[in-house]
Amino acid sequence: MTALHSLSFSQVSSGGPGGDAPPASPSAQAPDRPDPFDKLPGEFMMWVLIVSELLVFGAGLVAFLALRITDPTGFAEAQSHLHRVGAGINTIALVTSGWLAALAVQAVEAGRIARMRTLLAPAAALGMVFLVLKASEYADLAAAGISFETHAFFTFHILLTGFHAAHVLAGIVLLALVGILARPRAVETGAAFWHMVDLVWVLLFPVVYLL
Amino acid sequence: MKYQTQKIALAYFAVAMALFAVQVTMGLVLGYIYISPNFLAEILPFNVGRMLHTNSLVVWLLLGFFGAAYYLIPEESEREIHSPMLAYLQLAIFVLGTAGVVVTYLFNLFDGNFVLGNEGREFIEQPRWVKVGIVVAALIFLYNISMTVLAGKKTAITNILLLGLWILSLLFLFAFVNPDNLALDKMYWWYIVHLWVEGTWELVMASILAFLMLKLTGVDREVVEKWLYVIAALALFSGILGTGHHYLWIGTPGYWQWIGSIFSTMEVVPFFAMMSFAFVMVWKGRRDHPNKAALLWSLGCGTLAFFGAGVWGFLHTLHGVNYYTHGTQITAAHGHLAFYGAYVCLNLAIISYAMPVLRGRDPYNQVLNMASFWLMSGGVVFMTFTLTFAGTVQTHLQRVNGEAYMDVQDQLWIFYAMRFGSGVAVVLGAILFIYAVTMPRKEVIERGLETPAE
Repeated sequence: MTALHSLSFSQVSSGGPGGDAPPASPSAQAPDRPDPFDKLPGEFMMWVLIVSELLVFGAGLVAFLALRITDPTGFAEAQSHLHRVGAGINTIALVTSGWLAALAVQAVEAGRIARMRTLLAPAAALGMVFLVLKASEYADLAAAGISFETHAFFTFHILLTGFHAAHVLAGIVLLALVGILARPRAVETGAAFWHMVDLVWVLLFPVVYLL
Repeated sequence: MKYQTQKIALAYFAVAMALFAVQVTMGLVLGYIYISPNFLAEILPFNVGRMLHTNSLVVWLLLGFFGAAYYLIPEESEREIHSPMLAYLQLAIFVLGTAGVVVTYLFNLFDGNFVLGNEGREFIEQPRWVKVGIVVAALIFLYNISMTVLAGKKTAITNILLLGLWILSLLFLFAFVNPDNLALDKMYWWYIVHLWVEGTWELVMASILAFLMLKLTGVDREVVEKWLYVIAALALFSGILGTGHHYLWIGTPGYWQWIGSIFSTMEVVPFFAMMSFAFVMVWKGRRDHPNKAALLWSLGCGTLAFFGAGVWGFLHTLHGVNYYTHGTQITAAHGHLAFYGAYVCLNLAIISYAMPVLRGRDPYNQVLNMASFWLMSGGVVFMTFTLTFAGTVQTHLQRVNGEAYMDVQDQLWIFYAMRFGSGVAVVLGAILFIYAVTMPRKEVIERGLETPAE
């Protein structure tokens, strides 16, 4: 028995002994069905990131709302220190920027590289506008002596919008990169990320600033 | 064995299993001290035994990773290891360092000495000369495997494995950062302790599991690689900021409570993905690989890691919960099942897979090896439950009712007694495993008639 087996070792040495068969032939596998994930625009890994981000921001928003139930007046008072108009302008800036990014995807898919770039440039610039307004908001809060520790509302306000602002910054870099690369798949990937940044803001704005 | 240098793994696995035996034996001694607190109090104080238990665990797991790397990298990159001599030198440095650590701890030598003395920082107590040795050995290792991979084929498995091992080694450099401020000390300390087991080690785990799945199930490499990248991304996404769940009560700012709670909750996801990965590959794969023991350990690894690291971790990770449970036996329950499921099972899986190949023997039906899986896993799971119940009672008596620590410990005796029993099962299982992969030369049970699988 052992002798027979050890004989077979040398015969399958390509895959290493231990009974490693040579790589399974396609027929030995389940019949290939088209992978549903292949239909997603852009890189698959970007979608893994997007879902993860939405889970994290979603969890943050749920925690924020849960805490608000325990202290509605404190939260309302804290919220009154925020710039609603500034945040509203920022919403318009990001949504417009997202629209430009979507047009850029159409352009690059039609092979119009120059048009794609002239669309992505203002999209990224609007991201900058967002960041400048955001920074002035933080500066005003800091000048008023408001920090992370002032109230649970501000812990969440700064954590959620701060994380979001970091993503806006990353998104601007990403838009610049895919604009230079100018490949349809890359632009789709960058735009997908940018839309996620958009979407998160559209959720944060009403919950943190308006409710 | 296709590449002669894969043999290097044999030496690493041998030392790893010897330390495994030391680790679980020390665990049993500690388990006995819990039920009879003066046992060996003069010769082997509890804190020294605990250092040996945790340090030998980490060292043998690392040696297992190194062995796994030396085993799978030649096969993946289709190259012999760059320098076998360096690989053995690396092992020698580790063995010397380990011996130095054991002697220093046991006899409390050179206490307070900057170079030779125990540093007294939980898990990274090693004297500085040993730490320097670890860094030198890690550099040798990284040089050796990177040269091999650079010269050969680059696959997703080698990419993720190298990424994990490189960051793992770089993070160890924080062992040399030791601020006087205890809060800062702890902050950097977690850069190693947390970012290893909940970051880089997960990358190593995912790539070794991917290699095993590729070999054992015969699923297309392309499919395995997609899973591997997703798992690696999820592990880093959740694990890096998940460090925050250690910053709840050490003096770091309060926002860490929320960052820690949210991101560490996400840490369940990569472990769930790894479990799903293992099972989906087995369902999809049509290869009937004879090494059933390696498959059993791989599936056990995914499953028990999900429960130990994922579910038991989540159990006490939210800061509202952890406020009460911090440092109780709940932590011990989580620690035991997480390390066992994720990293012990992983190492025993790759050892079960590689040993028959390395020793030029058939992978028999490995019935003893599989029996050891059930004995050991049953023991650890039982231990996890007893400690969880102990921790629940402890949390209530001590943290809710405010009873004194030692009064509560007295009331937990029954749980500790049961835990000791499960510890005996684990040690017997470990001995059986080591026997099963080293001694038998022929099948213990003859295989029955072949019947179609479906």
